[in-house]
Amino acid sequence: MKKGSSEVFSFKSRRQQRLDDGGQINRLEPINFTFDGKKFTGFEGDTLASALLANGVRLVGRSFKYHRPRGIYSAGIEEPNALVALRSGDRHEPNTRATAVELFPGLEAKSQNRWPNLLLDYLQINNLLSPFLSAGFYYKTFMGLPGWHFYEYFIRKAAGMGDGTKFKDPDKYDKKHMHCDILIVGGGPTGIAAAVTAGRAGARVILLDNHPTLGGQLNGELFFLDEKPAHYWIEKCVEELDDMEHVTIATRTSAFGYYDSDVVNAIESVSDHLPEPPDYQCRQRLWQIRAKRVILATGATERPLVFSNNDRPGVMLASAARRYVNQYAVRPGNKAVIFTNNDDGYKTAFDLARVGIEVVAVVDSRKKIPEHFEKELNEKEIEVIPRSVVVDTHGYFGLNSVEIGTLSQDGKTIESNPFIVSADLLAVSGGWSPNVHLYCHSGGKPVYNDAVEAFVPGALSQNGHSAGAAKGSFSLNDCLHEGHDIASTLVKALNFESAKQIIPETNEKNIVPIEALWRVPGKGKKFVDLQDDVTESDITLAHREGYVSVEHLKRYTTLGMGTDQGKTSNLNGQAIMAQEKAEPIEKIGTTTFRPPYTPITMGTLAGRDIGLSYKHTRRSAMHNWHKQNGAIFVEAGQWLRPQYYLDELEQPSKENMDTAINREVQTVRTSVGLVDVSTLGKIDIQGKDSAEFLNRVYTNGWTKLPIGKARYGIMLREDGLVFDDGTTSRLDECHYFMTTTTSNAAAVLSHMEYYLQVQWPDLDVKVTSVTEQWAAMALAGPKSREVLSKLLPTRNVDNESFPFMGVREFDIEGVPARIFRISFSGELSYEINVPADFGEFIWQRVLEVGRTYNIRPYGTEAMGIMRIEKGHVAGPELDGRMTAADLGLQKLLSTKKDFIGSKMMDREGLKDKNRPRLVGLIPVDKTSRVKSGAILVKDPTLAPPVPKLGHVSSSAYLSPTLGHPISLGFVSGDIIETSKKVWAVSPLHNESHELEITDPIFYDQKSERLHD
Amino acid sequence: MLIINCPLCGPRDHAEFTYIGDATKNRPKSDDISNDDAWYDYVYLRDNPKGLHEELWQHSFGCRCFVKVVRNTVTHQIIATGMPKEDLILDEKGFERSV
Ligand SMILES: [Zn+2]
Repeated sequence: MKKGSSEVFSFKSRRQQRLDDGGQINRLEPINFTFDGKKFTGFEGDTLASALLANGVRLVGRSFKYHRPRGIYSAGIEEPNALVALRSGDRHEPNTRATAVELFPGLEAKSQNRWPNLLLDYLQINNLLSPFLSAGFYYKTFMGLPGWHFYEYFIRKAAGMGDGTKFKDPDKYDKKHMHCDILIVGGGPTGIAAAVTAGRAGARVILLDNHPTLGGQLNGELFFLDEKPAHYWIEKCVEELDDMEHVTIATRTSAFGYYDSDVVNAIESVSDHLPEPPDYQCRQRLWQIRAKRVILATGATERPLVFSNNDRPGVMLASAARRYVNQYAVRPGNKAVIFTNNDDGYKTAFDLARVGIEVVAVVDSRKKIPEHFEKELNEKEIEVIPRSVVVDTHGYFGLNSVEIGTLSQDGKTIESNPFIVSADLLAVSGGWSPNVHLYCHSGGKPVYNDAVEAFVPGALSQNGHSAGAAKGSFSLNDCLHEGHDIASTLVKALNFESAKQIIPETNEKNIVPIEALWRVPGKGKKFVDLQDDVTESDITLAHREGYVSVEHLKRYTTLGMGTDQGKTSNLNGQAIMAQEKAEPIEKIGTTTFRPPYTPITMGTLAGRDIGLSYKHTRRSAMHNWHKQNGAIFVEAGQWLRPQYYLDELEQPSKENMDTAINREVQTVRTSVGLVDVSTLGKIDIQGKDSAEFLNRVYTNGWTKLPIGKARYGIMLREDGLVFDDGTTSRLDECHYFMTTTTSNAAAVLSHMEYYLQVQWPDLDVKVTSVTEQWAAMALAGPKSREVLSKLLPTRNVDNESFPFMGVREFDIEGVPARIFRISFSGELSYEINVPADFGEFIWQRVLEVGRTYNIRPYGTEAMGIMRIEKGHVAGPELDGRMTAADLGLQKLLSTKKDFIGSKMMDREGLKDKNRPRLVGLIPVDKTSRVKSGAILVKDPTLAPPVPKLGHVSSSAYLSPTLGHPISLGFVSGDIIETSKKVWAVSPLHNESHELEITDPIFYDQKSERLHD
Repeated sequence: MLIINCPLCGPRDHAEFTYIGDATKNRPKSDDISNDDAWYDYVYLRDNPKGLHEELWQHSFGCRCFVKVVRNTVTHQIIATGMPKEDLILDEKGFERSV
């Protein structure tokens, strides 16, 4: 507050800064908007930044770390300072760049990172504390101390960006895939010239530009092409391109990433320039463009200069200052000083002077001053101060004066006493950096070019060719010619006839080379990265502390880590490090640029794949019946399955989850139930080598399975561990039908396809998924045979005619059905498969016929409890870590043949007797609910590390059949031998329960119920 | 963002494919059953080359064919594709499909 405290800057003293005429704004369309709640008016064609400047608003935000007052620094997407929160409610969006936001009616913007308001920001105390807040300060000070989590909250709050919204995004986002011969990124002079040449040759062209209109840098300049203002040429070209059907021009579309296979992704701002998207229109659209060739005409970004207090509102890039004058007819200040190390500053001086802004001086750090500007300088009475620099600036809420001094020969000190001139605008130019970001995304490595003092594209990677300013060619004449030339080369490479284009004459002056000036001597805070508040001294500190590689420098100081990704700051920072190390910049290198080039919304990446469309929902053929009959659904992978049914007929108002599951289990155990098992994977296997193939895929023997019989089998992976289990039936000589677990259906199919296509292509076998084609239901319970015989009055289904593991193909009510006498529940059971279209019909028919036996549908919970009672392994046991012996299935391992996994399964570690193996577990108190996933230990009171003896894999909180909870789990072999009890602990839930180890089959150990 | 040229379907977006792994590993014949090293190599050993890599992709959301792909792991450039058993051999100009 030192210098600024006496200064009063308020909105009341605002001065209107709009010029009376000129610019590319539509004065007939005034637009009202608010900033921090105050009402303003701009015009159509304004950005939020130009409208604020037109209304005399200079202070627009507080800086990230020191909370210093900040103004508008640029006129484009590179803006580091003027970040505002846009809109409110569910469309509130933080950190938007005021310089890239098109003004729309009712626009609502708020400044950020200040509390309680812009003029009175309590956190500006950070500025006074700044000697302590150097690079790495927070980590050095607070990390490692107890309570970092406590400090972190306040630190993050003080050093933060805008807040996001907590509401659901109301807008839609879309995606679009495009193909073309030549994609041109950037609609400036280079891009337009390239598009005309490529379009005339007949190539399919897509031309992208992130602004509302084409023209690029030309829109901010007073250039003449063939002695007419440049916009005549732009309009003529756009008209010609618009008439070509094979040319697509996309404005407001920003290419943000260049990926493999010459894919460029761009984001089209469809409705961001409107108060809200029109009906049925999306907010933004993602374009994924596949191009045969890409022309990167992405232009260049002007760099700041690094000197004391170079961040005050009123300090601005020189090109931005003249863009505000030329394109928006706004005076960015009334009394200007230009500070430059290249010719660019002179252009600004002339354009500002042309509209009556007093140009106090052009401060040029170069020893050689361009002579070709002399005439115009004299005409406009602009003083040039050579070999000089801006040493410091003054003015708290906005610039009011500038100190100018002369640089010593070696550039390290200021020779004379600086003198002070008053000024409210300081336009700075430190030279231009080509926008090589997309080139780098494509895999290219930029190289340093001394002539332009910047990194330029190096060798070609993929097919993305840089041209114009993006290649380091900063003169308009070069840009136009390079655009034409590269397009002409590329169309020829794609076998198009090349086309002629007469490039217009420009009115450019010769250019005197830039002389690098990376920093100005002086004591004040010299900002390198305005967005992240990284100063020159942070970089020298990083150097002293050994963080000298550019990647370390970036992470230690946060240089270039803001939302602008250091577009204006990277090179200055790297150059200062190079000076500290006394090495050339090319040796220091540059950090890796990664997509996105500009911030993009998550919504665009997600597109329509949100909510229910995020993943597929699979429903069985009987889904509607389940829904209408009280089913509570559970997600099983992509499937929705009935978990249990709240049966209002049964026990009105009394039924809850527990009673429903209980009732369902008892129905199956005592009478008969019906469960939808359509989700099981079903694979049709045909071909004369099918038996041989199954013999290799499954661990047990398959060659002798007769037609009309099913067999249970397990598959191993090649490493010898169990992969999946299921039943496969022989329908005919060369025709089998396989079922897999629900979760492994896709993996088993791919597994078999791999062996058939890659390892054993000689086998004549075809496999096809038929999961969707068949609806499946299991009719289970002691009364199931009676229901089946009623369903099939003409068929004999007694135990001899249709034995256990038998398979029959019968018609039910004229519907062809495959019926398998297999069981998962432990009861007599028939799995009925019918074509999916008849699923609901047959399901209802079975329930109708079974009514006399009180048949009830049951869900996955009852099914799961019954399989635990029966000790059947399922998904939780088949977790990819178990051998067949671990699961008690060693009898299924054939010793007479080779099969997948047979070689590796006999390794020593897999045969260890002490491996955990499947057991039954019962809580000693017969009531505790033991969570699946609980860890088994010897004693819950042991101090860590506690040896793990196994784990609980599946739990039934109550076995209705046994009257107490039961679990399946795995316990080390030696413990099973020596001990009857273990403890299950679940530290997350702070639970421990003592369990008795039992046989894993709790119910009908001899399986008599299945066979009779 | 890769385009994979499926020998049955033609050029398709890689989103239609599932990456399977190294295409150079062949399951030892059953009479190699005592050859521990061959099995160890087949099941576990995978090179992680910088440069050209022969690998299998499955056209899962297409014809379900397994496709042999020669890909440069540095640039992600796909040099050649073919059927799993096809020899995609190197000549002096780089990789080309042999017929
Ligand atoms: Zn295919």
